Amino acid sequence: MGLAKRIIPCLDVTAGRVVKGVNFVELKDAGDPVEIARRYDDQGADELTFLDITASSDDRGLILNIIEAVAAQVFIPLTVGGGVRAVDDVRRLLNAGADKVSINTSAVQNPQLVADASGRYGAQCIVVAVDAKRVPGDGPLRWEVFTHGGRKATGLDAVEWGKKMQAMGAGEILLTSMDRDGTRVGFDLELTHAFSSALDIPIIASGGVGNLDHLADGVTIGGADAVLAASIFHYGEFTVRQAKQHMAQRGIEVRL
Amino acid sequence: MTIDIAVIDYGMGNLRSVSKAIEYVAPGRKVVVTSNPDEVVAAGRVVFPGQGAMPDCMREMESRGLRPALLEAARSKPFLGICIGLQMLFEHSEEGDTRGLGLLPGVVRRFPQARMVGAQGEKLKVPHMGWNEVEQAIKHPLWAGIPDRSRFYFVHSYFAEPADGALVAGWSAYPFRFACAAARGNLFAVQFHPEKSHTAGLQLLANFVAWQPLPL
Repeated sequence: MGLAKRIIPCLDVTAGRVVKGVNFVELKDAGDPVEIARRYDDQGADELTFLDITASSDDRGLILNIIEAVAAQVFIPLTVGGGVRAVDDVRRLLNAGADKVSINTSAVQNPQLVADASGRYGAQCIVVAVDAKRVPGDGPLRWEVFTHGGRKATGLDAVEWGKKMQAMGAGEILLTSMDRDGTRVGFDLELTHAFSSALDIPIIASGGVGNLDHLADGVTIGGADAVLAASIFHYGEFTVRQAKQHMAQRGIEVRL
Repeated sequence: MTIDIAVIDYGMGNLRSVSKAIEYVAPGRKVVVTSNPDEVVAAGRVVFPGQGAMPDCMREMESRGLRPALLEAARSKPFLGICIGLQMLFEHSEEGDTRGLGLLPGVVRRFPQARMVGAQGEKLKVPHMGWNEVEQAIKHPLWAGIPDRSRFYFVHSYFAEPADGALVAGWSAYPFRFACAAARGNLFAVQFHPEKSHTAGLQLLANFVAWQPLPL
């Protein structure tokens, strides 16, 4: 027995509500963030991730109130991402009660931010989120990094980018397949495996979960250290506990 | 007003989770997050957390003049070290070749790359991040009500190697066994994060708040 693989429900938050979209668009309301966080905590979630996808800067502060409310009642690690542009944003989120902060677009625009934030607060609280999309063609498999919620191509090779972020102080990678996000056909396991074998820091697989076997596959085939999912939990299809029991039946060590 | 519990703040990382969890298990107690040595001296019990790199932690702790208050607290009142707060109690750390406070004999080492292979031959990641089992090595008031081999949340790349086996209060394994809790008299220290370890972690913090160690 040893370290358990983690199951991390993800809450996309906009203007104070949890929403779920398909391929990063078409958002549907999924409920109150504090209520949902408590429910997942009761079900045995190992961590929670909040992604603030608020478009309007007027509503940016709302995420801080949500994190404060959750952190006063839920005593598991909380990761918050979305709109993190400066070390000061990291500080504000940590002070509100986040344990880790996830950086995506700003890491591409300013990689030094990752080094600065990691140097200041420690690698353990800096997650770099990578949104990756397959590059079409017959050559060896490749993925490109996208930013701005998946709207903007960067030209960066995803695996090389992951290695660079590890070297600059990322403590963990939240790896989302844009091809799979919202499709419910399973993780891009080749992508997950490419990252897991090339990097030494933990990889969280994300994007595409439609059933409990997909979660297990992320670990057994993809080599992920943690699996993240949103919609299968939000609409009450499966509880986190059911997901863990299923993974345990597949021979994966989980915290039950 | 009397300070029941001082959470020592030396500018390294996020102490909010620690103070929130203690407030949650100790309603009505006065909990302060402080870098003021006088408040540490005045407090009834002391929590010594730590995040980030140990060389920075030692430097920031020293620059705030906290060493005498810390040494005094570690000798005289219920004292709980968490994460780097455990590592700093030992004599030396491989991280940046740093001298610790030397309150406990032993050293702090990095998880060695060459040994980070799991049971199925898979590569084990560093930091050791996530929920791992804790085997209680001794009976102790801080383990009260916590089932043996409960899982706690860890995130660290270095671990302590106490020179005296009698100091070990808990073991974990990644992939080899390492001491994840140390105890002596009024002092208890854990490598994991009780403030992030759900029911088991909250129970440990509640036990700490209620703990009456025998006078030394």
